[in-house]
Amino acid sequence: MRGQVLAIALVIAGGVGVCVMSLVNYSSLLATRAQYYDQHEFADVFAPVKRAPRHTLQEIATLPGVARYEGRVEGAAKLEMPGFPDPVSARLVSVPPEGQPEVNRLFIRQGRLPGTGRSQEVAVIGSFAEAHELALGDQFQAIINGRRQELTVTGIVESPEFIYVIPPGGMLPDYQRYGVLWMNREALESAMDMRGAFNSLVLTLRPGHSVASAVDALDRLLDRYGATGAFGRDDQFSHRFLSDELNQLKTMATVFPLIFMSVAMFLLNVVIGRLISTQRDIVAVLKAFGYSNRQIAWHYSKLVIVIAVIGLLAGLALGLWLGRSLGELYMDYYRFPGLLFRIDPSWLLLLAVLTITVAWLGAWRAIRQAASLPPAEAMRPEGPARYRVTVVEKLLSGIRFSQPSRMIVRQLSRRPVRTLLSMSGVAMATAIVMVGNFQFDSVSLMVHTQFARVQQQDLTATFIEPVNSAALFGLQRQAGIRYAEGRRSVPARLVSGHREWRSAVTGIPSDARLQFVIDSDLQPVTLPREGLLLTDYLADELGVGPGDVLQMELLEGDRRTVNVPVAGITSEFLGVGAYMDLEALNRALGEGPLINQAMINLEPDKASEIYNRLRETPRVLGLSIRQAMLDSFYDTLARTFLTFTFFNSLMGGIIAFGVVYNTIRISLAEKGRELASLRVLGYTHNEVAHILLGEVALLLLLGIPLGWLIGQGLALMIVTAMQTELYRVPLTITTQTLGMSALVVVVSAIASGMIAWWRLKELDLVAVLKTRE
Amino acid sequence: MEPGKATSTGPVVFQTRGLTKTYDQGEVQVHALRGVDLELYEGEMVVMLGASGSGKSTLLNILGGLDVPSSGEVRYRAIDLSAAGDRELTGYRREHVGFVFQFYNLIPSLTARENVAAVTEIASNPMSPEEALELVGLKSRIDHFPAQLSGGEQQRVAIARAIAKRPDVLLCDEPTGALDSATGVLVLEALEKANRETHTTTVIITHNASIAGMGDRVITLSDGNISGERHNECRQDPRTLSW
Repeated sequence: MRGQVLAIALVIAGGVGVCVMSLVNYSSLLATRAQYYDQHEFADVFAPVKRAPRHTLQEIATLPGVARYEGRVEGAAKLEMPGFPDPVSARLVSVPPEGQPEVNRLFIRQGRLPGTGRSQEVAVIGSFAEAHELALGDQFQAIINGRRQELTVTGIVESPEFIYVIPPGGMLPDYQRYGVLWMNREALESAMDMRGAFNSLVLTLRPGHSVASAVDALDRLLDRYGATGAFGRDDQFSHRFLSDELNQLKTMATVFPLIFMSVAMFLLNVVIGRLISTQRDIVAVLKAFGYSNRQIAWHYSKLVIVIAVIGLLAGLALGLWLGRSLGELYMDYYRFPGLLFRIDPSWLLLLAVLTITVAWLGAWRAIRQAASLPPAEAMRPEGPARYRVTVVEKLLSGIRFSQPSRMIVRQLSRRPVRTLLSMSGVAMATAIVMVGNFQFDSVSLMVHTQFARVQQQDLTATFIEPVNSAALFGLQRQAGIRYAEGRRSVPARLVSGHREWRSAVTGIPSDARLQFVIDSDLQPVTLPREGLLLTDYLADELGVGPGDVLQMELLEGDRRTVNVPVAGITSEFLGVGAYMDLEALNRALGEGPLINQAMINLEPDKASEIYNRLRETPRVLGLSIRQAMLDSFYDTLARTFLTFTFFNSLMGGIIAFGVVYNTIRISLAEKGRELASLRVLGYTHNEVAHILLGEVALLLLLGIPLGWLIGQGLALMIVTAMQTELYRVPLTITTQTLGMSALVVVVSAIASGMIAWWRLKELDLVAVLKTRE
Repeated sequence: MEPGKATSTGPVVFQTRGLTKTYDQGEVQVHALRGVDLELYEGEMVVMLGASGSGKSTLLNILGGLDVPSSGEVRYRAIDLSAAGDRELTGYRREHVGFVFQFYNLIPSLTARENVAAVTEIASNPMSPEEALELVGLKSRIDHFPAQLSGGEQQRVAIARAIAKRPDVLLCDEPTGALDSATGVLVLEALEKANRETHTTTVIITHNASIAGMGDRVITLSDGNISGERHNECRQDPRTLSW
């Protein structure tokens, strides 16, 4: 009994553990973020502009609802990190001469903010500093606005604006190749030729003031300065990513515990039911002595409560421990000054009440049976078990079953509900492991599609200003460059009725060889001569389909507004895009054959030479290398998913162990006498173990494929829930994932099988012969 | 060999010398056997009589390879059972011994035929399950499950199961203990018939003195010792027994 109690408690602990872990992470991240935002005045509204004079800020101050504001200069830099040959880019943000900005204040880990009049000083974001092991006083070269400068690190800082740092166009962090640097405003103004002006406005609002009206007011005020449209926190990248993560934690806090608790309920039902049937005589004696039904029910309820409490306490400990370890993993991704470890006690109380109630409900049927047993009937042993020849045997009448095999089949079919539930338990365990692993496959497919099928260039160079596409010829003539092709990306606002979306429209040449737009079958789509190609996610958001006409407000050049038809819908895993023929886009802009990005294929051995040359080219704003992006992605992903795979496998293993161990133990209790009889008749230990373990093997054989099906369903659910603007994870399940999930379940079954194997050795053959069943 | 005749002159099948068995029951030591010397001969039918606690079941369990003595020696032909390990004892039970128990110990999930087949499948020279069930007069109930059979019928299935592998010895522990007199007689008839037709050394242990008449030899046990032994001139027909 002790082993069974522990096995059930373990399953409950698993459920409680996941729940507590998710709750701890959820509340800790939420509290940490809230405190961080609050103490560091994280902006409510962000408004990028091309160039606005600083005196505009006085008008900003008078806008209704504005609490604090900061006009900043932002820019991009190409960096040369000592001992690191790959291109590195950075985002530059100004800090005011007087120190901390009003909005988006920095958390200083080390050192100080870059001072006034010292042009070479920068504060570096922690992730970048760690990746390059930068210390205060370290120096490196940067090219800002085409001019080379030597920068000195004076501080290592974090910002609420960059909790999640990813390079533009990327999906996961690449701390080595992308960083954020803060420079004194005067220094950055002069480096960017922005004296007396700003190109980025951030502000906080007074409590209760609407973001939408502030956005409207800002758009009106800043339009003449080349505003590309103000937006609220919800559209801010780092904030949005973190919010998505928090939502996923919330799902995890409910879905997984649900699976665990239903398995625990089933196990309690079976185990308590079995216990009560072996204790019929005790129940009878107690009743004969005058114990009431209620007292009997309470007696067994206490046992259930003890099991639930053991599971609850173990689960709490497990959950807090997992929460802490996972919290540390989160800190690798999310740059917080520190993690506040929080859990709301009232949630824990609720969880405790729920756990005990659910456990008790699981055992209720068995308890009620015991309580309602009339004493005289309870005194008699249970009638002999009735068996039938099973349908399976009739169907397979051609096969000669051995008698032990018959015993297995008939045992399972005698209690179809229990068999079905045990099978479901095995299936759930399989599904949980699968859910942990499939995400890796899916994300891999997504990345592979994006970076190997859609983007075939080795290198992408982004220009500061659009250049004539004739520049490509110049590029192609350079030694080491095999082929170059241009594209143009223009910020735009797409409007359909009352719906609108801020995005970039990408112009792709009609004869593109390195870049494709793909459809849902991952096949390249031919770009239409006229009209837009929209990703399905964007088309849904705008509520348009092929043939509908959109209003496209281009936020560059003469800022024209044109009507364009939607020519088609594409399917992309990453990002949200609108595509157009390059010529058509340039026509719409009223401009010549301009491009602002070059996609380049290299001779592999000339790569670093080309990097260096392009870094020195003033017109080139930044470089990104496809392979480096892929490598860094897989590095980060592998580490995270390894943790999750381990965690999910552990959870699946716990469930599998709980189900299989209890199945075996109950079976052993029910069939101990038969098995001992067979031993007496000359069956060997292994032959008898075959009967016991064969039942489990059959359960696995049926349960695992069912688990694969359920796993697919769960995976589909998760994938659907994970559809965001940033990425849409495709559903793909490899044989490796199927194999892994089966392996975990089989291994935990083997572990419980071994215990049963030893138990069988201890069967008392003589005692069995002396007792009536 | 003439059926029904005493055969205590045949080859020795079992021999025990100074057999003792001591159990620890909590703080108390129970001496179940206190130095038993015994020979059993091929083909004979022996009834072992004794009150509860006399040590008769312990002796049967040791003879059947289910238990090992604390001291002394027990031999089955050339095999020293007192020195055998679990593997040898399992092999011994499988090859040579047929058991009949007080509570039948049938497998409830198997029919009469399948219960017998469970043993014939692992035996080297068995009769067919049908043949064995015919021998105990249950051919018509062959596809019934234990829950569909009366106690006497269940015990006869158990006898069929025991004799189907053509064992060298048939050990019966209170075979009629759970049955009424009329049904018990049917079971004893089946045992008598099996002994007569297969010449299997048969040991029946019982506390029921009325059964003694059907044996070639009657051995009485009390307090862990053999307290008496007698030969029956003529085996009594089980049909004439009653209790």
